[in-house]
Amino acid sequence: MTSAVSFAKVSRHFGKVKAVDQVDLEIAEGSFFAMLGPSGSGKTTCLRLISGFEQPTAGHIRIFGEDVSQTPPNRRSVNTVFQDYALFPHLNVRDNVAYGPMVAGVPKAQRHAKAEEMLDLVKLGSYGDRKPGQLSGGQRQRVALARALINEPRVLLLDEPLGALDLKLREAMQDELKSLQKRLGITFVFVTHDQHEALSMADQLVIFSDGKIAQQGSPEDVYARPNSRFVADFVGSSNVLSPDLTRALGGPAKWASLRPEKTMLAAPAKAAVKGTVTAVRYLGAASRVVLDVGGNEIAALVPAGQDLPVQGAEAGIAFEPDALHVMEREV
Amino acid sequence: MTTRTAIMPDRGLGDRLSALFWRRPKLLLMLLITPPLIWLGVIYLGSLAALLVQSFFSIDEFSGVINYELTLKTYGELFRAANLDIIIRTLLMSTAVTLTSAVVAFPIAYFAARFARGRWKAVFYLGIMLPLWSSYLVKVYAWKLILAKEGILTWAATKLHATFVMDAVLALPWVGGNSLSTSFIGTWIVFVYVWMPYMILPLQASLERVPTSMLEASADLGATRGQTLRTVILPLAMPGMIAGSIFTFSLTMGDYIIPQIIGTSARFIGQAVYQLQGTAGNIPLAAAFAVVPIVIMLIYLALAKRAGAFDAL
Repeated sequence: MTSAVSFAKVSRHFGKVKAVDQVDLEIAEGSFFAMLGPSGSGKTTCLRLISGFEQPTAGHIRIFGEDVSQTPPNRRSVNTVFQDYALFPHLNVRDNVAYGPMVAGVPKAQRHAKAEEMLDLVKLGSYGDRKPGQLSGGQRQRVALARALINEPRVLLLDEPLGALDLKLREAMQDELKSLQKRLGITFVFVTHDQHEALSMADQLVIFSDGKIAQQGSPEDVYARPNSRFVADFVGSSNVLSPDLTRALGGPAKWASLRPEKTMLAAPAKAAVKGTVTAVRYLGAASRVVLDVGGNEIAALVPAGQDLPVQGAEAGIAFEPDALHVMEREV
Repeated sequence: MTTRTAIMPDRGLGDRLSALFWRRPKLLLMLLITPPLIWLGVIYLGSLAALLVQSFFSIDEFSGVINYELTLKTYGELFRAANLDIIIRTLLMSTAVTLTSAVVAFPIAYFAARFARGRWKAVFYLGIMLPLWSSYLVKVYAWKLILAKEGILTWAATKLHATFVMDAVLALPWVGGNSLSTSFIGTWIVFVYVWMPYMILPLQASLERVPTSMLEASADLGATRGQTLRTVILPLAMPGMIAGSIFTFSLTMGDYIIPQIIGTSARFIGQAVYQLQGTAGNIPLAAAFAVVPIVIMLIYLALAKRAGAFDAL
C-alpha cells in the first residue's frame, strides 16, 4: 500500500538554520499521525512542506505516491486547520465553510447545502449566519475543521489544533477529533508540542528534535521504550538514569529511563538505592515525590491514599524489574 | 524585619491628584476631552454651520449686497448649466484621481505590508512621507516644468523617438491639449502624485492587518492567486482603501491650486469657491459650492457602507 505521505531525504534549510534535515517519513493511509516536538524542532515546517507553503531545499515529498515538488498548495488534495484558524472575518460562517467549493465554481445553492452538511458534522448546524468574530474559540475551531473537510481532502493537516482551547474543551475536542477521523477514514496529521495530546490521540507518532526525527512508533512504543534521553525526557518527563545509577539499580552500565508512575518508594533499609526527599507535590489523583539520589533527581508518582514521606526524609527506590528501560542511543 | 505601615506616606500633590482621579475616574476623562471637544464643537462645527447658513442667504445681483433671508435661490443658481459643468468636471476628476491612486498605491502598499521588514520598512515610510515634507507649491511647479511643452518629458520623448506617443496622448479628445501642462491629463497626473501618500498609508495599514495564514488558508482551500486577491485581500483591504479614497476624493474636490497652475482654463469647484468669495464677493454661492463636496462625500460613504466596505472593520 502506498503511504498517504512519504518524505525521502527531505530537507528545508533557511540559510544556515536546518529547520528540517534529511527526514525520511512514511505516513500510512487512514492513520491518525502526530508530529511531536518542542518549538523549533521542525514539526511545523514538516506540516507546511506537506501543505506546500514551504518547498524542500532537498529531497522528495510524495502524496499518495505522486511527487508534489511542482504542485502549489491550491492543487494538493490536502487541507489544513490552521493554528489561529484563519477564518475569513468578512464572511459569515456558512460562506467560510463554502469557500473551497466557491473557488472551485460550485453554484451557490449547492455549496451552501454542502456547507450546512459540514456544519452539522461539527455540531454547528444553526451558526451559518454568524460572523467568525461572534464565535467562541472552540466554535471557531469547529468552523475551521468544517471548512477544511468540505473539500474532501485525502490528508487533513492540523497545526496545534487544540493549543488555544482551555483544558476541558481540549479534552472534549480530542475525543471528537478521534471519532471524526475514524468515521471519515481520512489520514489526519497533526502537530503538537503537548505529549499528552499526541499520546492520547495518535496511532502513530514521530518525535522531532533539531530538525531530525528522534523516534517514530506507536504511542505505547515511544512511551514505554524511548530510544534516547531526549525522548524519555520529552515524552512524559521520565526519570533519566545515568549509567552508574542504572548499574546500582541492577541494570547494565547504560543510560536508562524509569517512568515516575512505575517508581515506588520503599523503606530505606530494604532498597539498593536511596535518596533524600526534596519535594512533595500534590496532583490530585497522585502525589509527585522527588528524591535526590547522589545529585540525580528521581521522581516517583505515589497514588492517593498511600503514605507520603515528609521533605528531608530518606526513602528507598523500588520498581518492577521490567520497568527499567535501557536506551540504545547515547544522546 | 522592619514593619511597614499598610498605607504608604503621602508624597504631596502628585499623590493627592492620583488619589482624586482614582476615586473619580470620569474626572480625568473629562479634563482630557473637554479642550478638544470645545475645539471641535465651537470652532470646527461652528464654522461648518456658519458655512451652511451662508449658503441659504442670497445676493442681490444689482447692488451685490447680501440678503440675510433664508432662501433656496442660491442653490437654484448652483444648478445652472455653467455651474453644473464645474461640479461634474470636479466629480469626474476626483473619481479618476481616486481610482488611479488606488490602482497605483495597492502594489506599493502590499509590498510594504507583506515583504518590507526592518530597514526596508523605514525606507518605505521615508519614501512615502518625503514628498509631504516639501512645499506643495514647489512640487506643483516642479511638475509644471516636467510636463511643459519645453519640459523634461517632451525632451525625453524626442530623444527616445517617441514623440508620436506623446502626440497621440495629447490628441485625445477633451482630456488632451496643447501640452501635458495645459491638459486635464496633466492635472490628473499631478493630483495623483500629490495625494498618493494619503492612499498608500491607510491601505498599507489595512493590508498589514491581514495575517499570512489567511492567504495560506485561501490557497489551501484551492484558490488561485487571483481568487485570493478578489475574495480575501481586497475585501479585507477595503476599509483602508475607502479611508484613502476619502482623502484623495475630497482633497481633489476642494483643491484650487493644481488646476490653476496645471491644466486648462476650465474651472473646478475649488477655483469657483476661491473666485466667488474673493473677486466676485458672492459668499452665498461660494458657500453653496463648498457644500457640494460635503454632500457628495456623505453619499459616497453611505454607498460604501451599503456595499459592505466596512464589514471587515
